[in-house]
Amino acid sequence: METTDSPITSLTPSDQNVLSENDIDSISELEDLLPPSKMESSNESKAIDTSSDNLNPKDVHVESQQDDAVVFDGSEKLVNASKDNGPEDTGEIVVTMLGRGKLDEQGVCANRIPSPLSETSLEASSHWDEDVTAESWRQHRKHVFVLSEAGKPIYSRYGSEEALSSTMGVMMALVSFIQSGDNVIRSVYSDEHTVVFMQQGPLVLVSVSSTHQSEQQLRNELIYVYNQIVCMLTQASITRIFEHKKNYDLRRLLTGSEKILDGLLNLVDFDPSFFLSAVHCLPVASSFRDSLSQILQKAITPNLVFSILVAKNQLLTIAQEKMVIEDAKLDPADLHLLINLIGASSAFQAGEIWTPICLPSFNPDCYFYAYISYLDPPECTVCLLLLSTDNEAFYAVAECKRKIEEAMLAQNALTYIAKAQSYSVSQVGVSDLRHFMYKPFDVPDNHHQLTQFTSPEMEAPYDSDEEKMRLLDLYRDMHGRIHNTSRPLKLIYHVAARETLLAWVTSKFELYTCFSPLVTKSCAINAITKLLRWVKKEEDRLFIRYPPKYSTTSNASKS
Amino acid sequence: MSLRELKVCLLGDTGVGKSSIVCRFVEDNFDPNINPTIGASFMTKTVQYQNEHHKFLIWDTAGQERFRALAPMYYRGSAAAIIVYDITKEESFLTLKNWVKELHQHGPPNIVVAIAGNKCDLTDSREVPEKDAKDYADSIHAIFVETSAKNAININEIFTEISQKIPLLVTSDSGLKGLKLRRDQSDLTRERACC
Repeated sequence: METTDSPITSLTPSDQNVLSENDIDSISELEDLLPPSKMESSNESKAIDTSSDNLNPKDVHVESQQDDAVVFDGSEKLVNASKDNGPEDTGEIVVTMLGRGKLDEQGVCANRIPSPLSETSLEASSHWDEDVTAESWRQHRKHVFVLSEAGKPIYSRYGSEEALSSTMGVMMALVSFIQSGDNVIRSVYSDEHTVVFMQQGPLVLVSVSSTHQSEQQLRNELIYVYNQIVCMLTQASITRIFEHKKNYDLRRLLTGSEKILDGLLNLVDFDPSFFLSAVHCLPVASSFRDSLSQILQKAITPNLVFSILVAKNQLLTIAQEKMVIEDAKLDPADLHLLINLIGASSAFQAGEIWTPICLPSFNPDCYFYAYISYLDPPECTVCLLLLSTDNEAFYAVAECKRKIEEAMLAQNALTYIAKAQSYSVSQVGVSDLRHFMYKPFDVPDNHHQLTQFTSPEMEAPYDSDEEKMRLLDLYRDMHGRIHNTSRPLKLIYHVAARETLLAWVTSKFELYTCFSPLVTKSCAINAITKLLRWVKKEEDRLFIRYPPKYSTTSNASKS
Repeated sequence: MSLRELKVCLLGDTGVGKSSIVCRFVEDNFDPNINPTIGASFMTKTVQYQNEHHKFLIWDTAGQERFRALAPMYYRGSAAAIIVYDITKEESFLTLKNWVKELHQHGPPNIVVAIAGNKCDLTDSREVPEKDAKDYADSIHAIFVETSAKNAININEIFTEISQKIPLLVTSDSGLKGLKLRRDQSDLTRERACC
């Protein structure tokens, strides 16, 4: 999505009236969902005020909440610090105590409406018969809509697309209204909701969220949604279809795939790999991981490009064709889409699947042919993915699976994998440390490497869905501040009511930690030193250090 | 006893019950909340037929429109195709006729066609009269049965009928090998071009 630097369109109240006269019912529907108090149409984060009075109460509200903690803002200092001074600048820690009520507010928010939470994780399949006029529909934490440029609904996370066609029509009206002024609508902010718009080719994606995530984060999530659609159809064919017929109903091609998008949005909410843009590896002894890698390296056939072993939604190992990765590498985002795809549908649990799959970050216009099969039916936890560029290679690739299966059986690998699990934070041996996420940048061969991160299980008090989500929301907020485009931070020390968090980015790693609420600052910093030492010691187990490669002898055809 | 490998593919509209039929045949299971197939799913089952073992290599294809263009990949080289429609959905019967046409034009010349009118347990909401379907099947010399994957009606029977209708092997069999060679040589180059 390109940003336009042209002057901001002023959307005066009278303009809005013109709009609503045409479509008064649907406007009111949308307005119920999102009382528009300010609109952003450039990345300068200048707001277009429809009525500037609306804004003030909110701002005042935020100020008044700062009284319970000291705020060291020091923005200039932070901006300077962000110019990568290496890890030495740790002595000069710029501490931002963010006592702003915002974070705690989120906790309250999650408690106030616990029902959508449990719903998202369990009842995604029945979302389409939800009553879109009901209050419960409005209360969902995050709505995602996909529509075509002609305003035709393609996907809604909650409620049926038909029932929402007028709402989506209004969304398209907003997009084209701003467009007609040679501008691009990016987001609308209200007290409770952030609405982010994103146009990708002929598709428009809209996120309506009450999660207080940053616009950038919401935008990234929309990119995942778009890419999941591309993963199924390829960008080239989407473009071709709409060039041919502007008002094409893309749902025809996506029937049966709603579950995959629902699954993706649930994962995006509950799995930090998405906002960290990194892959979570299942921790196993490095010798064992190497032996698995060798098994994959030996079972090859011409045109095989990637061999991937996934267990319990985490990566075990991945081997790749040498030729291909010379000019492109597998992006974590593509792997997330693959893992979501196999997790979202039980269709993969029956027999051996052969299906075209596009890896959007790798090449959005081409299909790979994926062989997907679980190695441990009926439990179905260990999944093998073999990606080939040859659509006729099924039998040859299935033969590779046979070899892999045999070799794994000989080593009793499945029993070992079944025992492998994520670790407990207590293994780190740092008291007061409740949870952390560590994403290293200093892996060997970094250029051709998958970005990875490691994280222990979420244990008490973060063992319920609500608490898990609350912690993830805190992390997301820290992540959003660290990566704020206008004012990036290097270090945040955040004291909240129920926990203390510390986020820290250096040239070597990105780290998010969660401590018990009574920890002192020096204590936390000590703990982090210990944690870093522990990770260093365990890194062979936690990460794939040297991703294996193979060469499929014959001239591998690249598409 | 000799072993013959028979490649069978299932075609038909989305949601008519192709995977359910395969699931009933292979595992004798029925899952009312089965997920739509993605791409195609490959399964095998060996059954005894007279003095032979017939190993069915079953390609259960996805019915969604986006996978439609892939069908030739699965029906090419098939000994038989089971085209499935839903007796409670007239439209799925029309789709079936298109599949028959496509097979006649592009399918293997001697392919055995079987038509399965699935969900015959739902007689109350029937839209396709059995006689119409039967007449149509006769007109194209296809096997015809009404099936119910849910109640296990006529599922094994349809595969038995396929076994009966498959022409006897003239020479000694080397099933899979022969299949593989053909694919490697003739089709690969042609497919490349369109990719």
